[in-house]
Amino acid sequence: MTNTGTPLVELKDISIAFGGIKAVDKVSVDLYPGEVVGLLGHNGAGKSTLIKCLSGAYKADAGEVFINGKKVVINNPRDARDQNIETIYQTLALADNLDAASNLFLGREIIGSGGFLDESRMEAETRKIMARLNPNFHKFDVPVSALSGGQRQSVAIARAVYFDAKILIMDEPTAALGVHETEMVAELIQELKNQGLGIFLIEHDIHNVMKLCDRASVMKNGLLVGTERVEDVTEDDILSMIILGKNPKNKL
Amino acid sequence: MNDTLKSDVPTESHKSAIVRFLHATEIDTRLLGMLGALTLIWVGFHFYGVIFNNFGAFLTPRNLWNLSVQTSSIGIMATGMVLVIVTRNIDLSVGSMIGVIAMSMGLLQVEVLPQIVGIGHWSIWILAVIVGLIVGTLIGALHGWLIAYRGIPAFIVTLGGLMVWRGMSFLSAGGRTISPVDSTFALLGGGPYGAVGAAGSWVVGAIACFGVAYILYAGRKSRRKHDFRLRPMWAEYFLGIVGWVTIISAVMLVNSYPWPKGIVRQYGARIGQDLEGTFISHGFAIPVLILITVGICMTILVTRTRFGRYVFAIGGNPEAAALAGIDTKWVTMKVFALMGMLTAIAAVIASARLNSATNALGTLDELYVIAAAVIGGTSLAGGVGKIYGAILGALVMQSLQSGMVLIGFDSAIQRIVVGVVLVLAVYLDILYNKRVK
Repeated sequence: MTNTGTPLVELKDISIAFGGIKAVDKVSVDLYPGEVVGLLGHNGAGKSTLIKCLSGAYKADAGEVFINGKKVVINNPRDARDQNIETIYQTLALADNLDAASNLFLGREIIGSGGFLDESRMEAETRKIMARLNPNFHKFDVPVSALSGGQRQSVAIARAVYFDAKILIMDEPTAALGVHETEMVAELIQELKNQGLGIFLIEHDIHNVMKLCDRASVMKNGLLVGTERVEDVTEDDILSMIILGKNPKNKL
Repeated sequence: MNDTLKSDVPTESHKSAIVRFLHATEIDTRLLGMLGALTLIWVGFHFYGVIFNNFGAFLTPRNLWNLSVQTSSIGIMATGMVLVIVTRNIDLSVGSMIGVIAMSMGLLQVEVLPQIVGIGHWSIWILAVIVGLIVGTLIGALHGWLIAYRGIPAFIVTLGGLMVWRGMSFLSAGGRTISPVDSTFALLGGGPYGAVGAAGSWVVGAIACFGVAYILYAGRKSRRKHDFRLRPMWAEYFLGIVGWVTIISAVMLVNSYPWPKGIVRQYGARIGQDLEGTFISHGFAIPVLILITVGICMTILVTRTRFGRYVFAIGGNPEAAALAGIDTKWVTMKVFALMGMLTAIAAVIASARLNSATNALGTLDELYVIAAAVIGGTSLAGGVGKIYGAILGALVMQSLQSGMVLIGFDSAIQRIVVGVVLVLAVYLDILYNKRVK
């Protein structure tokens, strides 16, 4: 399949520096509906920073963001959410002292009669979505600090999926998970992809990238090394892009 | 209920009766611990008095009524301190703020307003309270702004505030004591006239009983609507009866504390009747009703509104709160402004009770307020705290304090005991949390 038409997301010449160090330097990547684009690179290559410019956690120093061909300005996480961009952070970004429902609806609480939180409805909705994502999940009335790594991950995923995301950013979603749970995440990614979502996937495991992604963008030292269709390259090609900063094929 | 929900409930047969009881009633074990400590303190002081002074002065209507009034101002501030500490901040300035707010209200009602509207005008107390609330809120907002938007640590900002506001309260009247305050204003501090009497207390009690029944009923209805686990019926009745018995006992207690003979005579002379020997009940003191109202409002704010939810989210994980789109700086500033407003309410009660404003009013209150919040289960690491806990914490602190006064400990020993109890309470809390985990 080749990507035609307007990309769902287009990041153009994004740059951001911290104290003189260019964390991301004129990087351009794009994402089409129903596509998974892997972002790869060493620690400190700038993947997470780039993606945080899209999720609103950081504000880019320069560059433009287009959603469905329209230029948008993302200054904070709220702007990103307004564009149906949802993020699953590597740290999960959960408030450990709150329960699953409070975390799922954090910043977007359901307000009932009299302007008060509708706790029961939020919990009921949480039960519904968790039944779909992780049927074994039953700990609805304890703080998420009491949950296992996999359960916490499913709360973070539920939060991203519940609000009709069009664009999903996943920062190493399987890093803390066991084999079985990793498989569940892989199935979920496939399902969301079929629903037409665009997914940016930050991933260290090359094997997972080859399996889950349509394209892979490799970064090194804040620069984009290149973007390749995974079916056109081998694992070794991608590894050398990560390590050497160039694609051996292009050299030929 | 369907099967998935049933599996929420652990198999209960092999658990002890106490654990099953707590699970069914959903009573917080920390609450039980605090009530236990309180009972111990009350009974301990009473019998110490019985044994060594031949008179148990603690468990008397008079002492308990006074205790309730003394708890009010610290308790009100403690509810705000919960939010401050939950957001991983601290406020050391509340005692000094009491001083400066009380002075500004005192000067306003004694030296400024009488010249404008006339001495004893009905509007004086209202204007004084409104100005006090505004001053308190603005001071709190200033602290919050420096902390949230200028990045100065709360400890430093409010330590500075502790000195600045105490200095200001001295300067405001050159160290004079402003007295007496407006007579209506003085009612807000309690005393025989500043209480709602027997009939009023029964009305308050009836409203409270209705409230308890409604909360239990509405909670059950909402759970049923969403198919959540319901408490067994006996547990609902148990909670209701405990609530009603507590409320009715409190009403009977405050109603069994009569006005002193002198006040009865004075009142009789004023209304032109001979009331000699008449039993006139105090009933609930107005500051106590203010405390209860504040406690209810703060509980609703914390548990049922976005603001409360955000306060706790910030305390649990500030970064996650910001990533969820919460304006953490604005929320932090509002928390301090709210703390300022509650401090103003406490200042009203403290100066009304004293019938004067002095520049030393509220000295060391910040420490009692922080201690009350911490004893009530607020974690200094942030993210955890309960409003009712802070109020009970204030009651524990005040019980210790007035208990020691009653049995004649001098103030040096009082301080030692309060200090030791604070450290011990936090240590017990740490042990408790470890066991829970």
